[in-house]
Order: sequence, then C-alpha cells, then structure tokens
Amino acid sequence: MKIAVFVKQVPDSAAKLSVDNGAVNWGDAPLVINPWDEYAVEAALQLAEKHNGEVAAISMGSEDAKEALKHALAMGAGSATLISDAALADADAAAAAKVFAAAVQKLGGVDLAIFGKQAIDSDTGLAPAMTARVLGWPALTMLAAIPALDPGAKTIQVERAIEEGRQVVEGKLPAVLSIVKDYAEPRYPSFMGIRKASKAEIPVWSLADLGISAPESKVRWTEISAPPAREVTSEMVTGANADEIAAKLADLIIAEGVL
Amino acid sequence: MTGTWVYVDHFKGAALPASYEAIAAAKTLGGPVTALIFGEGVEGLAQTAFHYGADEVLLGEDASLADYRAEAYASLLSKLAKEQQPDAVLFPTSTRGREIAAMAAIDLDSGVLPDVTEISKDGDSISATHPIYAGKLLSKVTVSAKPALITLRGRAFGKPVADTSRSGNVTKVAAAMAEGDLHTKVVDYATVEGRVSLADAGVIVSGGRGVANNPALTPPAEITDEKEKEIWRAQQGFLMIGELAQAMGAAVGASRAAVDAGYIPYANQVGQTGKVVSPDLYIALGISGAIQHLAGMRTSKVIVAVNKDPDAPIFKLARFGVVGDLYEIVPALTKALKERLSK
Repeated sequence: MKIAVFVKQVPDSAAKLSVDNGAVNWGDAPLVINPWDEYAVEAALQLAEKHNGEVAAISMGSEDAKEALKHALAMGAGSATLISDAALADADAAAAAKVFAAAVQKLGGVDLAIFGKQAIDSDTGLAPAMTARVLGWPALTMLAAIPALDPGAKTIQVERAIEEGRQVVEGKLPAVLSIVKDYAEPRYPSFMGIRKASKAEIPVWSLADLGISAPESKVRWTEISAPPAREVTSEMVTGANADEIAAKLADLIIAEGVL
Repeated sequence: MTGTWVYVDHFKGAALPASYEAIAAAKTLGGPVTALIFGEGVEGLAQTAFHYGADEVLLGEDASLADYRAEAYASLLSKLAKEQQPDAVLFPTSTRGREIAAMAAIDLDSGVLPDVTEISKDGDSISATHPIYAGKLLSKVTVSAKPALITLRGRAFGKPVADTSRSGNVTKVAAAMAEGDLHTKVVDYATVEGRVSLADAGVIVSGGRGVANNPALTPPAEITDEKEKEIWRAQQGFLMIGELAQAMGAAVGASRAAVDAGYIPYANQVGQTGKVVSPDLYIALGISGAIQHLAGMRTSKVIVAVNKDPDAPIFKLARFGVVGDLYEIVPALTKALKERLSK
C-alpha cells in the first residue's frame, strides 16, 4: 500500500507576528512542521505499519520547507519530496490542490493521500477536499479514527469528527483523508530517525517535473494587516471571601448584558 | 440569473444558526437571494429561509441526499451554479460548508474565500476579510472568477431578524449523482444530544491546566497512578465547570494544555490549533493565556478570567479578573448566577 502525506512548514504557533511592507514577519520564531500535519504523518505511519505500506512525504514551498519534510522523515516516513517552483509563489488553495494532485499522480499507485485538517498560517482548510476533487477521489475528512482498512478489497471505514459528534462513513480507495488530533498523539522523532533525516537527500520537483503548467490562482490577497488592538478596561474583582467575590462578579457580568 | 446563493447547512434537518446569518449577509450584497436546501424531508427549512430573507429556495430532496456526503452535495451545487450562474455562493464555515465550497471551486474553476468575518461589494466584485494565523493577522481577499465561493464565520455577521410574513417560491431540483456513482456511504452516527457547539455558542466557559490543581479532592483508592490521579482531579473540575456552563446555557471549552494533558477531548479545544471562537461572554478558568490560546478567543465581547497567578497574561484581555482559586470561585459564581438568572 502506498501512502502520500502532505506537510507544510509554518511559523511556530507561539510566534508574535507583525506586518512589514505588506508581508508577514514572524521575527526569530522557528519554522516548524504544521502541528496538524504531525497527526497526518502519525496516521500515515500507523496505517503503513499495519498494512505493510510505504509513506512518501510531500511538501510545497521554498527550500525552507525541507525542515518540515525532515521532521516527517525523522518520524519514520520512507521518502520525502519538495515541490518548489517560482511560479507557485502566489498559488491559492485550488492551484495548490492541482499541484498536489499532479504529485500524487507522478508518485503513481497511491492508495491514500493524507493531509492535516488545516495549516495554522493560511487557515483555509481547503486542500484535502480540493485535492480529492481534482483527483476524482472521495474526500474523507476530519478523521478521528480509522476503524477498518482493507487495501486488498480497496475499502475503508472512518470515524469523522463533525460539529455534532461522530459520523461513521465507508468509502472506497483510493481516497483523500484529513486527520484531526483525536486520531493519536504523534510520535517523537527517534534519535536514529533524526540522524537519518539529517543525511537524507530530498529531491526537488518543479512544475515541469510534474508535467503541468502553473495553475491559475483565482484568489488574490490585496492586503495583510494586524487586527485593531483590543481596548479593554480591566477591573479586578476582590472581596473578603469567595461568596462576596462571586456575588460582585455575577452582578458585573449581568450588567454587561451578555447573558 | 444573477444574485447571491446561500447554502443552508443543517444536520438531520436542524439548520445551523450560521446558515441564517449567511442569508442576512447575502441581503447586504443587493440583488435576489436564493437559499439552497439539500437533504430528505427538509422542505420545512424553506419557510425559515424565507423568514430570514431568502427570495427563492432551490430544494434538492432525494434519498441519495438524506445523509450529507460531500460528493453528492457538491455535485448538485456545481450543476445548479453552472446552469444559473449566480454571482456568489455563501456558506456557513462548518465542516460541511467548507468541504462543499472547496469541491465546487474545482468544479466551477473559481476560488474560495474561507471563514471570512466581513464582506463588502466593491463594484462588481466582492472583497472579504479572512483572519489568518488564527486571527493574529487579517487578510483582505477577493476572487477573480464567478461565482465567488465564500464561507462565513459563525457569529461574525450579527444575529438575523426573522420576518414571519415573508414567503417565496420553492423550486424542486433533482440530485446530480446516482447512488451507484457515489464512493461513500454513511453507516452510523454518534452524536451528543443537547451539546452547545463552540462555534455557535454565545457564552463559553473554558478550563485550563489549573483545573487539575485541587489537592483537596481525593481520587478513589483504585487509581494509583499519579498521572491518572491528576486526570481524575481535572475531570472533577470540568464537571464543576460544566455546572457553571449549564447555569448560563454555555458551551465548555479548554486550553491546549488541558487537552494535551488528557483532561478533556480535543473537540473542546479553543485556540490556534483548536477552534477560533467569538462568543459574547468568555470565562477563562485556570488558563494562563498562551499566545496560541489568546489567538482563539481574543475577539470575544466580554472576557472574564479567574487565575491564581496575578501576572497571568489572560488578565490583560479580561474585562473582569479574579485572582483566586477557581475551586472556591466557580461554585460560588454558579450559585450567584443561578439566583440572579432565575429571577
């Protein structure tokens, strides 16, 4: 069984962000693998271990994105490939999905293409369903569990985490999956894994290597700004004991008219 | 036909409040508003859509649409949009809305403006505000193709007002895919009755790591592992928080630290790697206020924080703060609010 797992390199979630000349600046915060993609890698590895499969990690971005790929390799992915092309600098989610689909096709024989639920920088959460649509595969998204998978019969049963709870769905392979945190705690890279990853050669594919021209992006970012500062007049509530504090606080909350 | 379409998202016939917020938002763009309602036995939703401002309803009812399936729903939406050429299609930002919009963008060679908090008409095109990095920054976005596919963040567009005198035409449409062509089948649900969803909640009470800090609670003797004792204490704490939430009809949230420590499921996590929420009232209990948590709740209207540490960053965002032990304050606050709200 062949599994492609897509990872993205993003600024750490603790980064303080600012806007400089219309571009996002994350200061000296480290670039890390998108936290949600770690669950995708974990799911890919668990499925591969159980079904004697191989895991190919893929990332799109600049040379920086090799760090995210190295993290996937250190966790245990068998191979890693970077898709990098100057023509992809302003790619929107649909353009990226067309590139991801082309990569899946170039790999060949892929049964599952796995994504995290969304990237914590661009926050679109569109890639899994869009990539599935380009490939003509079913999208089984927001998976908290995969109770059954039969690579021979090409069937899968999944448990989706939706707003209302869980939904159990059966689907056919090949399929695109997206994974949420409930699936499993991602493993820490082993010492051996880190050594292997640091030595790994990561091939770079251009659009020409994928055999496609740059897909047109229909979404344009016209401006990035910092949100207006929050003006809060803070009031500390004190009292002789918990009951007195609670009574004051309850009155104040009710006076705000939000209940 | 031009105008704006709104996908009315529902679960087993119960519409998400954000669906009606989307209809009200569509009205502000001018032109006729058409509501799309797909499912089986969901005709009743059409009247409510009219009450909130829809001029017309396209009703897709079929056994193959009884359970939401992305392929079936997106194919129908795309087919109708190709035939009738709306200017824009609005969706609530839900798991379903986001997925249908994503697939329709591929089918219609357009783009998605996801999870936006503002929309405005700029001549012939629509521009929108999409919070990125969990709202630490805002990006202005437009789409250069039609229809513009836009998902609207719940509670960002104000509460719509129903006018029960309104009505309109319901046009029935047939499913676009035959059952045999669909690759998926829904076999079961495990849903929680009466749970208030974080995205729709007007009031949220959240707990953090501090919820485990009650040495006075003695775990049952059969729990010997220290980590399990800690989780047991935290779970008692979340039961206490649940009572406060219940007194206000609120949803229960949590910080990443509390979720990572195994105190409460991920579905409750608020923050950059959880849910981004914007309730009228957010009560943070035992949450210090890591950047990644603040990013997920900073747009709440009124923030209340209870924390033992007077230097906790959460107090900088809080309208009201209490430096103290949440195990003393929370039960007293539950009691005080119950007395006042029952009057």
